Amino acid sequence: MNDPLFVGQGFPSTRGQYRWERLKQRLAFTLLWASGAIAILALLAVVITVVLRGIGIIDLEFLFTSPRGGISGEGGIFSTIVTTLYLVILTLGIATPLGVGAAIYFVEYASDSHGKKVSAYMVQVARFGVETLAGVPSIIFGLFGYILFVSTLHFGFSLLSAGLAGACLILPVSIRTAEEALKTVPRSYREASLALGATKWQTIWKVVLPAAGPGIATGIILNVGRVISETAVFYVTLGGSYKLPSSLLSGGRTMALHLYYLAMETKAFDKAMGTGVVLIITIVVINLIVRYLSAKLAARG
Amino acid sequence: MGQIKLEMVHYSLYYGNFCALRDISIQIPARQVTAIIGPSGCGKSSFLRTFNRMNDLISNARVEGRVFLDGQDIWEMDVVELRRRVGMVFQKPNPFPKSIFDNVAYGPRAHGLRDRSRLEEIVEQSLRRAALWDEVKDDLNKSALTLSGGQQQRLCIARALAVEPEVILMDEPASALDPIATLRIEALIRELRENYTIVIVTHNMQQAARVSDYTAFFFTDESRTGMLIEYGETKQIFTSPRDRRTEDYITGRFG
Ligand SMILES: Nc1ncnc2c1ncn2[C@@H]1O[C@H](COP(=O)(O)OP(=O)(O)O)[C@@H](O)[C@H]1O
Ligand SMILES: [Mg+2]
Repeated sequence: MNDPLFVGQGFPSTRGQYRWERLKQRLAFTLLWASGAIAILALLAVVITVVLRGIGIIDLEFLFTSPRGGISGEGGIFSTIVTTLYLVILTLGIATPLGVGAAIYFVEYASDSHGKKVSAYMVQVARFGVETLAGVPSIIFGLFGYILFVSTLHFGFSLLSAGLAGACLILPVSIRTAEEALKTVPRSYREASLALGATKWQTIWKVVLPAAGPGIATGIILNVGRVISETAVFYVTLGGSYKLPSSLLSGGRTMALHLYYLAMETKAFDKAMGTGVVLIITIVVINLIVRYLSAKLAARG
Repeated sequence: MGQIKLEMVHYSLYYGNFCALRDISIQIPARQVTAIIGPSGCGKSSFLRTFNRMNDLISNARVEGRVFLDGQDIWEMDVVELRRRVGMVFQKPNPFPKSIFDNVAYGPRAHGLRDRSRLEEIVEQSLRRAALWDEVKDDLNKSALTLSGGQQQRLCIARALAVEPEVILMDEPASALDPIATLRIEALIRELRENYTIVIVTHNMQQAARVSDYTAFFFTDESRTGMLIEYGETKQIFTSPRDRRTEDYITGRFG
């Protein structure tokens, strides 16, 4: 009994109990290690399968020619890359200003309103709405977009309908991430600015927003990833044309949607996998950028 | 006492139902250093933040009584104008995450100054007055966050000076600094006194005695409501206080 932890008078522990504790600890550790390993293996299996089946198909021709349709899925994926790009720009272009604007209102204006109980209450309701919407399955946004943009407003299956529906989809996350980013800006920055005689708007524009920039950028990039991988919303708003879109009112298909069509409606399974590889690589790059930005943000404290 | 710069008349401050300051009347002289001393929680910061209306930012704060700057009611003035004339230096140095230049130029720019050479002039002059110019003149484009704590605080003073205020409020400006940086700030305060009215909160009695011309002693009882107990020339307060509580506090009989 030379273990200092277990010789004290108040401790009823015996050598045996100590062993049992140690065994439990080992067991727990082993189980945790195993679940970690299994999780990682499962994910690797997915990626490796897709990459092995798909990598061979990727060449410049695959990337730079458009699909030609048909049951054998001829052609490349050029128009789907372009359509994806258009949609990213469109959705983010709509959702980011709205999201950041709403977040500024929530964080900077509504929360410190002088006894304006009504607006504080409205903000709470809005927050609850935002949180709920963030958890709604994306097909609901798709159906909403179909009803409102495709049919009621007669935008048809088009980039415009898909962009608006996609913007609705990512708006809750845009608001949330922008809110979090604004909240990390120290109060002392705002006080310093106001104490110098700057107006509230100058304070937000020149101090708060720049300081929240990396956090807001992280949110934007996360949403880029979301738009790139989204299928349900675009399935019911974008149509499925494999041609290069020529205007906001053209239909089209994104890479993710193309992958779906290839897998379900053609025999070109390898091409579906090839598209998947391009998608995965894009997402990996995006995640690396997010990590870089977050690290930068964290380093600044 | 000379010209009166700031004046409070029967001023009380409430946070919700809690009365933080009760019935304060005080006249603060121009171009002098006035120290505010007292135990923590007695309302020194609340008192100071009244003069540039920073308490207005606190949603449940409510005031009674009147406060004047050069005889003008501060609640009848434009708050932006008031804060240009009454600058503030905070307890913890709080430079913006911008370059040294942009920190000092922030105020003038916010007030509409765009002319680059004029801005450069102001930045240099402000940094000189804050006794920081020689240390930073070669790296004005470096981030202000790379400076030491003492330098950051002098930068914050320069930033406040750049809008050419008449009054500078300082809330324990040296409490986060080491002794050498503290002495530099104190020397700086003595110099600034030539041109500015300075009100400084400190819980360091030696500091109050060293830098100030007038001293106000705040105190609080079980109710936690802050009261102005005694106010007068620093020499008189420290050598022959009239109130028993002032004497006890100065001689260290309270915490
Ligand atoms: N925003 C606020 N809301 C409610 N109470 C506050 C607020 N700020 C300060 N107080 C209270 O007012 C009193 C005075 O605080 P303060 O002015 O910071 O004192 P000091 O600077 O002398 O330490 C304290 O009891 C403090 O808890
Ligand atoms: Mg204080």
